[in-house]
Amino acid sequence: MELILKDVCKHYSQSKPSDLVLDRINFSIRTGQFVALLGSSGSGKSTVMRLVAGLEFPSSGQITLDGQPVRGPGSDRGMVFQKYSLYPWLTAAQNVAFGMELQRLPRSEVRERTNYFLEVVGLRDAGAKLPRELSGGMQQRIAIARALAAQPKLLLLDEPFGALDLQIRESMQEFLYQLWQTTGLSVLLITHDIDEALLLAQQIHVLAPRPGRIIHSLKVDLDHSDIMGLRISSPFLEQRQALAQCLRQMDGAIT
Amino acid sequence: MSPRPWSSQGWSHPLLHPWSLGLLGILIVFGLWTALASLGVVDRLFLPGPAAVWAAGQEELAQGQLVADLVASVRRVFAGFALSALVAIPLGIAMGANANISRLLEPLLALLRYMPAPAFIPLLIIYFGVDELPKVLLIFIGTLFFNTLMIMDAVKFVPHELLETALTLGGRRRDLLTRVIAPYIMPQVLDAFRVNMAAAWNLVIVAELVAAEDGLGKRISLAQRFLRTDQIFLGLIVIGLIGLAIDLAFRLLMRRRCAWAQ
Repeated sequence: MELILKDVCKHYSQSKPSDLVLDRINFSIRTGQFVALLGSSGSGKSTVMRLVAGLEFPSSGQITLDGQPVRGPGSDRGMVFQKYSLYPWLTAAQNVAFGMELQRLPRSEVRERTNYFLEVVGLRDAGAKLPRELSGGMQQRIAIARALAAQPKLLLLDEPFGALDLQIRESMQEFLYQLWQTTGLSVLLITHDIDEALLLAQQIHVLAPRPGRIIHSLKVDLDHSDIMGLRISSPFLEQRQALAQCLRQMDGAIT
Repeated sequence: MSPRPWSSQGWSHPLLHPWSLGLLGILIVFGLWTALASLGVVDRLFLPGPAAVWAAGQEELAQGQLVADLVASVRRVFAGFALSALVAIPLGIAMGANANISRLLEPLLALLRYMPAPAFIPLLIIYFGVDELPKVLLIFIGTLFFNTLMIMDAVKFVPHELLETALTLGGRRRDLLTRVIAPYIMPQVLDAFRVNMAAAWNLVIVAELVAAEDGLGKRISLAQRFLRTDQIFLGLIVIGLIGLAIDLAFRLLMRRRCAWAQ
């Protein structure tokens, strides 16, 4: 798998150049990589994700997945949103099965893989529950299971833990890291949370707002052997400080 | 998830149970009615007592009149409303899902909605006479615009995340309608139908008061001619009870089919 964004620009009106949302975005993701786009609101990071998902189209530039231009949404790019991520009328298991049913997989296979992915996210016993009976963190885990069950080449996460309480968010981040480790997923994560990006991603692209553009890219090389302790280790805090400064500087530039 | 007032804390004494309170409200009015009628404060001709209304009911039941009228009215309501729903569902979904269709039709429907349906009765009689068709059409006209606009609104507020998730899971455009939009709007559609059903009941009675061979409205109109206020009271109570029954049936259906939205 290789996703490549090449000189991707996006604007919503041709007439006003000031409406430029994204300015020449370039980056790529290969199989098994975990890449984060870090930016404040208005940086167009969600737009990048929507373009990759095929829900919107670039005004210029190219997005290709394994050499093929992205022409619309498809099951090769699974997506998890921050809100309204589950179908409220379906049970957790039915939500996980939803994509496989849309793809018209045989019933037995759907059942088998639903159970498997419920197990993967640690919610085997919650299969019969409705989304409203699940906590926010459980709901997002089901949403991730549903996306994975559709067998995407690339998982797109749009601030998936943004609506969760801090404590739950931290345990979900650890969950996601372990999931990535065990499954070898390719992930594109959108976040405004520096800790989240540093903790999870191998590569971080920092986006500046108006117009959205990548102003800084860095490889993260932290020791993940103790993920709980990582948050308070000094290399982590140093990088965190540097990134915070980077974000603050560009905020200063606009105000 | 939300705690229901009658689940645990809301009432401690059985008399404070919402249903007992509701029943109490009805009983109070019934008691006042009985008292007023039996004390003879009001002329019996104007205010027949419960016993007189009960007797009128027995009489009409024995003649088969009550059931015949009931069937006639219910049939009109259901025919008109079914026709209205049949048009409103696809039209409302089309308007909710497509901005251009919505722009084309919404002002028109908003205008038509404010034309009181009973004002169409003279036209309907000129066009279609005094048979079943004009009554069914009156209910159709009187509920179509409300049904359509309410369904349109429900569709407009389907969260785009739910639609886009389906597309990123391999769904096609046509899957969106059957797998996402339809189940999502179901509770709101049922609720719209429940509310608008009340309008349909109003209209059938109006239509029958104006011109009909049978029906509960017709019976009331005839009773007026012979000063049979007991029959008028009977008609009113029966109409109310049927309305209530339909309302409860919709609520039950909703609880059964859309438990997730409760």
